[in-house]
Amino acid sequence: MASAGYDNGTGPGANIPVAVKILVAGGFGVGKTTLVRAVSEIAPLHTEEVMTEASMGVDDLGGVEDKATTTVALDFGRITVNKEVVLYLFGTPGQGRFWFMWDELAEGALGAVVLADTRRLDTCFPAVDFFEHRGIPFTVAVNRFDGSCAYTTEEVRAAVDISTDVPVIMADARERESGKDVLLALIGHVLRRRSPVLSG
Amino acid sequence: MRHGGHRRGAAHRAVYARGQPWERGDAAQNTRHRRRGQAVKEGGHPGGTMNPGVPTGPLVRPYTMTGGRTRTSATGLDMASIVVSTREYVDGDSLEPEHAAILQLCDTPISVAELSGRLDIPITVAKVLIGDLTAKGDLLAQAPLTTTDIPEMNLLQAVLDGIRRL
Repeated sequence: MASAGYDNGTGPGANIPVAVKILVAGGFGVGKTTLVRAVSEIAPLHTEEVMTEASMGVDDLGGVEDKATTTVALDFGRITVNKEVVLYLFGTPGQGRFWFMWDELAEGALGAVVLADTRRLDTCFPAVDFFEHRGIPFTVAVNRFDGSCAYTTEEVRAAVDISTDVPVIMADARERESGKDVLLALIGHVLRRRSPVLSG
Repeated sequence: MRHGGHRRGAAHRAVYARGQPWERGDAAQNTRHRRRGQAVKEGGHPGGTMNPGVPTGPLVRPYTMTGGRTRTSATGLDMASIVVSTREYVDGDSLEPEHAAILQLCDTPISVAELSGRLDIPITVAKVLIGDLTAKGDLLAQAPLTTTDIPEMNLLQAVLDGIRRL
């Protein structure tokens, strides 16, 4: 990263914190932004990504600006870990048609939380497939909308058909403590993958 | 046994997930082209044009403020890149208003995504404008971790501690 203006670890920019990303994925309306809101130190920010031919790496838009764009909403939150590290939580657009955004979101991500709703479990399948394919560690969190869930975590694991080392936990996306548990389960999973010797 | 079951799972889930871009198939391309020009959003946007009485964003095409440029000269800018101003103060008269607005928010380190959200400009547009400023030396950018940077254990431990403290 030798481009002009880029911090190389020394000089005046050496104190810029490094950002780490955790993705919160899942189907539409499953509670992604709610979970981000529960744990973020800022109110979730809303932004938009514009998809153009240029975004897809196909061609330049020169002269065809009026063919413009598709916009996709993105909500995210922040957790300041310490002076050197800031954690960003990105609620990723759930539908399969937004795959083009996932490449950038997934680049360098520490891991992902896949939020699942047992009433429509299939809406989390694309996200599970994506993270499995990319080798990105993830945990499945079952959002209990009515405070209870008719299924056990093992039933959910079987239905989603994920490997036994992937954590599956019950969660209430509205509660900070529950959101923390989800993130801790994910980071624990990432740590175990890094050093399998230490896993119990 | 587990591995076999795992693959079966991926296959049965695939019924619900067609045309992923990593498959590089024609289906994904077609989907993208069909989508072009449509405005799709997930969830509502408080500043959206569908809310009468609520102030909306600028009524200009997204790339107007970049002079039509859709690519940044600064390679490696990610939505989680963190940027900080190198200027002591911002002289609004000598800068484009968008550049001045970005620099004003960058007196403390801030991510590209946050700048985009707080200024209500799309991430892609923000990247072009931020690229202008990094090229001039007005901003320093710290790229986020990439897939090839294996996070060190002490980084993961710090994240774990940070979440516990919430």
